[in-house]
Amino acid sequence: MPQPLLQIERVSKAFGKTLAVDDVSLEIAGGEFFALLGPSGCGKTSLMRLIAGFESPDAGRIFIDGRDVSADPPHKRAVNMMFQSYALFPHMNVAANIGYALKRRGLSAGMIGQRVRDMLALVRMEGFEERRPDSLSGGQKARVALARALAGEPKLLLLDEPLSALDRKLREEIQFELMQVQRDLGVSFLIVTHDQDEAMAMASRIAVMRDGGLAQIAAPRRLYEKPASRWVARFIGDANVLEACVREGAASQIQLEIEGALHLVVDGADEAFHPGASVAICVRPERMNLHAERPLTGNVLAGEIVEIVYLGASISWRIRCDNGAVVRVITSSGIDGSFERGARAFISYAPDAARVLCR
Amino acid sequence: MKSLARRLVLAVPLLWLLAFFVAPFAIVLKLSLSRAAMARPPYEPVFNLSDGFWGLVESARQFTFDSYSLLLSDWLYLDVYVSSLRIAGLATLIALLIGYPLALAMSRAPAHWRPILIVLAIAPFWTSFLVRVYAWIVILKDEGLLNHALLGMGLIAEPLRIFATEGAVLIGLVYAYLPFTVLPIFNALDKQDSALVEAAMDLGATKTSAFWSVTFPLSLPGLYAGALLMFIPAMGEFVIPDLLGGSNDLMIGRLLWAEFFSNRDWPMASAAAIVLLGLLLAPLLLFERAQSREADT
Amino acid sequence: MPRIGASGFAALLLGFAFLYAPIGLLAIYSFNASKLVTVWGGFSTKWYWALLDNRLLLESLWVSLRVAFASASIATVLGSLAALVLARHGRFRGRTLFGAMIYAPLVMPEIVLGIALLLLFVALGLERGLLSIIIAHATLGMCFVAVLVHVRVKMLDRSLEDAAHDLGAGPFTVFFTITLPLIAPALLAGFLLAFTISLDDFVLASFLSGPGSTTLPMRVYAQVRLGVTPEVNAVSTLLLAFVGLVLLTGAAIAQRMRAV
Repeated sequence: MPQPLLQIERVSKAFGKTLAVDDVSLEIAGGEFFALLGPSGCGKTSLMRLIAGFESPDAGRIFIDGRDVSADPPHKRAVNMMFQSYALFPHMNVAANIGYALKRRGLSAGMIGQRVRDMLALVRMEGFEERRPDSLSGGQKARVALARALAGEPKLLLLDEPLSALDRKLREEIQFELMQVQRDLGVSFLIVTHDQDEAMAMASRIAVMRDGGLAQIAAPRRLYEKPASRWVARFIGDANVLEACVREGAASQIQLEIEGALHLVVDGADEAFHPGASVAICVRPERMNLHAERPLTGNVLAGEIVEIVYLGASISWRIRCDNGAVVRVITSSGIDGSFERGARAFISYAPDAARVLCR
Repeated sequence: MKSLARRLVLAVPLLWLLAFFVAPFAIVLKLSLSRAAMARPPYEPVFNLSDGFWGLVESARQFTFDSYSLLLSDWLYLDVYVSSLRIAGLATLIALLIGYPLALAMSRAPAHWRPILIVLAIAPFWTSFLVRVYAWIVILKDEGLLNHALLGMGLIAEPLRIFATEGAVLIGLVYAYLPFTVLPIFNALDKQDSALVEAAMDLGATKTSAFWSVTFPLSLPGLYAGALLMFIPAMGEFVIPDLLGGSNDLMIGRLLWAEFFSNRDWPMASAAAIVLLGLLLAPLLLFERAQSREADT
Repeated sequence: MPRIGASGFAALLLGFAFLYAPIGLLAIYSFNASKLVTVWGGFSTKWYWALLDNRLLLESLWVSLRVAFASASIATVLGSLAALVLARHGRFRGRTLFGAMIYAPLVMPEIVLGIALLLLFVALGLERGLLSIIIAHATLGMCFVAVLVHVRVKMLDRSLEDAAHDLGAGPFTVFFTITLPLIAPALLAGFLLAFTISLDDFVLASFLSGPGSTTLPMRVYAQVRLGVTPEVNAVSTLLLAFVGLVLLTGAAIAQRMRAV
């Protein structure tokens, strides 16, 4: 395996009594679009500030290109950041903002000018050199901030919630541009976000953080389909998490007992399960089917419809199962049969639609 | 290197304040415990560092509370403190009665007026204090502009005697420190969500009762701040009572001045200064508490 | 005027009339030709010309301007450093005490500060004169500067400095390319405030002046105590105009700073 671009080795950081980052290790490869995802206060911003050098770790080490940079101040690291507020210098025009890093390196005015023009072309902002930051729209500010952070040719670009200040439509536009720029330049991007749609759409790998630690690192699809824990399952998308008891646990085929009925789950599980162990399964709402009559075979749950929400392309159902758990099902709006609130209904799902969770 | 710079940034202003603010007050405190003397400097004991440590201790034995006991027992001095409190209190009351409606009107003025109104309220603070006091002499003197105008209109037969009275001192104090009263009240009113009054009126309050039940109570922190910012400088004021007041209108500031320059009783002046600071401490602490509570919200 | 109403309008009018009428009248009567201050005798600028012959007054003006410039310069440097300490040094031991030292002179009666500083100079056996007035004014001025600059530094978006740091600037470069330009308007305002306070101060100067260091306010005060004269009216109006000019210049410079 080639040497990773960024290597975080058992890093911890406490602020006062709160442990913001708790023994985190991860690696990011060159050219990767990586996302740190988590609820607010999970430590993702602290981790990013550690990488940028605004904080120094209490324990552990950070390597960039194989070199230990743990003690380096921010201005000595080949890492640049696009700030949440964009942090455009209000007393400088767009060109001076973008050229700031180059000027610090003592480049000639001609070279800086050329580079600034190239960067403005990259973010499609030609002709904005003389403008002041406060005369720019939100989307333009974001583009200038991106150009400024990339002007110094960092090996890794950190993006701190870069889209949070934008409205929905603009967010999608800038999101698309970020992905395009990342592909064009081949620079590694590390984005911090609390918006899972954003992370899913942009990143090739996502690290989910919780309480300062890593909950799971995986590609978006795997994260959604094979969450590592009940918490991740619930945090990413909608999940029905059903408590279950293992009857028989082979490596791939697991028999479980839910509500007194036997369920068969085919999980590409990495571990074997002992009979009698308490686990949970996660089934996504759109992987469940709704029936008026009890299906003769397969994994079946029975209950009463308590809520029907028509969403146009789909219908969202809430069914209270006989054991009291409430399950959400999403079907296409063209579902056969007439269901009403209060009616009895049966839910089925395929053995490979479920994921067994131990944690 | 960085921490050296940080220390330097702290050390320079700190040393300055220690030398020219803290040390002087240590001397005032020491002097207030000394005795007046016909000498240069006009007090004893005089600390002499060449006497060494025990010499200093020997000098310190001569400390006396004479000045304080005189201040607290002589009716002349007590009178001055009481009248200072009364005048500063009255001035504060008047300033609130003028300043509150003004602040209220400012906060309810159209939004594009407000920046100009704020500048108009602050600007007098930048102009010469002395000139502002002097302007009232021109107006209030027996043969001043006010009397001249009133006599000319036939409203009065005799010139009004305002100059060199307590009334003139009150006018001067209110005039000089009114901006300090208006701004905190304005800030407290300006911060209020106008939906609060609308909600009160929606729930059946009249304009008047909405004001007294919602707007006014919420503006109280600003009102306290404004009152204290009037009261504190008024207590220690020298120029206004000296220029606008009569020779009988003594305030602490004038007493200090007289003890210092006319009687050359430096220990007495020092003791009077310490007592003045003591009197100001309570309102100051109140103000500090109000400010930090404001900062918390 | 949707919300203000007639009574509110009246309050504004009366309130600001109270604040501005006295100095307005003073300014008008400084152009009074009559020697009787209260009787209007036609328009004249003769009292202004008479000032030019008043050598004592001009000398004290020169003293005051030098004192104001020197003390405001010192106050700006010291006050800005103090503001940076308050805003950026976090919670160090004695921070509350340091803050109290900054705020105390703002609310302390000037007469008390004057006595205290005078006693210091006497105790140290130092001559009083220009230098002692400059020190007194710088001490008072630095506290005003510190408060103004502190507010500005606190408002400063910390991520601007982080961004500069991230883009390769060391601590000193960050300070000189980002922090300082952004707080410059507050420094200017602080300097001007310290300057006008010094130019206006009578009490501190009276305690701390020595022979040959009589400031303009001291000279004016002495004349005022003797009575109202047209000359004093003229000086006062000039002082008002000067402060107005200083403020307008300051506002214009601040505007330019923002625009560049």
